[in-house]
Amino acid sequence: MTGILEYSFMQNAFLAAVLVSVACGLVGTYVVIKRIVFISGGISHAAFGGIGLGYFLGINPIMAAIPFSILSSLIMGITSKKVKISEDTAIGILWSFGMAIGIIFINLTPGYVPDLMSYLFGSILTVPVNDIIIMFLLDLIIIITVLLFYREFQGISFDEEFSQVIGMPTTYIYLLLLSMVALSVVVMIKVVGVILVIALLTIPAAIAKQYTYKIGHMMILAVILGIILTIGGLFVSYIFNLASGATIVLVLSLGFICSSVIQKLRNAL
Amino acid sequence: MVVNAVEINDVCVKFNKHPVLQDINLSIEINDFLAIIGPNGGGKSTLLKIILGLVTVDQGEVKIFGEDPGNPSNPIGYLPQHVSFDPDFPINVFETVLSGRYHGFFKKYSDEDRIKVTDALREVGMLEMQDRQMSQLSGGQMQRVFIARAIVREPKLLLLDEPMASIDPEMQNSFYNLLLKLRERMAIVLVSHDVGAVSSHVENIACLNRKLYYHGAVEYAASSLEKMYKCPIDLLSHGIPHRVLKKH
Repeated sequence: MTGILEYSFMQNAFLAAVLVSVACGLVGTYVVIKRIVFISGGISHAAFGGIGLGYFLGINPIMAAIPFSILSSLIMGITSKKVKISEDTAIGILWSFGMAIGIIFINLTPGYVPDLMSYLFGSILTVPVNDIIIMFLLDLIIIITVLLFYREFQGISFDEEFSQVIGMPTTYIYLLLLSMVALSVVVMIKVVGVILVIALLTIPAAIAKQYTYKIGHMMILAVILGIILTIGGLFVSYIFNLASGATIVLVLSLGFICSSVIQKLRNAL
Repeated sequence: MVVNAVEINDVCVKFNKHPVLQDINLSIEINDFLAIIGPNGGGKSTLLKIILGLVTVDQGEVKIFGEDPGNPSNPIGYLPQHVSFDPDFPINVFETVLSGRYHGFFKKYSDEDRIKVTDALREVGMLEMQDRQMSQLSGGQMQRVFIARAIVREPKLLLLDEPMASIDPEMQNSFYNLLLKLRERMAIVLVSHDVGAVSSHVENIACLNRKLYYHGAVEYAASSLEKMYKCPIDLLSHGIPHRVLKKH
């Protein structure tokens, strides 16, 4: 079993699992407590437009996904605040619009697109070193932003109206938070793919929420849970030769079910 | 001349071209204890939000302590009608009140802020519960924490939106006693749709249903209330076995 650690692609996979868990622990905590799961799902699917654009322009699709997903998160955030259509309608439109744009761009790209599936469903075993570096830098941005704006993010998550009354520019802070969701989506795309990103963004934080009443603790616990469950999923997929992204999501979901059952039993006693 | 806490002149507000407030003129003095009463949908919360600067007026002028509304330095404390947070939001009582001391970007809470939080929690009688999770509190206790969050900013004007809605009837008296204590240092404006519940405690009332029908002492409000609600109103308080009206 330890033999697999000697492969360099396995070492990259472990690094990717840790980097992904940092993003999902920090940003996922806000996604869960501010209840922006649906908008995060929209951002992750819209990011596929950026992947397609990257192929079309012949640049690293992950790099193209960064501005694309930030832009789509800002559009969703502004539409949900300012325009008189309901928020979930706006999200639903951008969700499918982004995916459609991605497919059109890939259509327009000459030749065969070899690793398209890895962006849709993830492939933790083939994360190149370049992408690991990008993920590391994005994680750094996320950590610094969360440290600097901890009070503001807590304020708008708990009571947006009151935060506005005491002088927080709540709309800008909300848009900053959505940008962090966009960045963490980019961090996760290579590991689980745009379609399954939302599982990583919500499940570790949702499990952590069952065990603590402090945002900081919830983040740390979610990072640790993310690392354990992602690497657990990686092992299971290696042993049974299953698709890695989907297996990781299955392990995450099982983890959530087990934790919920344990909580229920604890409360019943 | 003393500057009034709130000065509202000829204000109109429309939502989707539908007038919510019309020709509102209202002055609130710095030591007022005012209840704004009116039916649901009559524009009471909107009026508070104008004072807070959350809603901008289509017409007319609003001055808060002589300044424009929405200025974060305006000394206003606010208790929202519903705080629609997730019931198990990971935050405890102390942190909730501390968030009321927010100073701006990159400014950490100081030791002084923490002392003010302790004082505010003591004042509302929630100090011994400062480490409790918010979701473990009853409606009345939560309300006290949110009052503490409002007064921890040391406001000169306290706005309460339907403060009685989430409090058990037996807790209401102690809640009014708290307000009586607070009004020594600030103007208090509370909004309610329940005429009887508030009229025995406050000093002045304003009756609002799109227009302002009456503003003045409680004793003389009955006839205007009837006009506004279009039915006879008895200014008897529920649950308190004596007449609310003073002799007049």
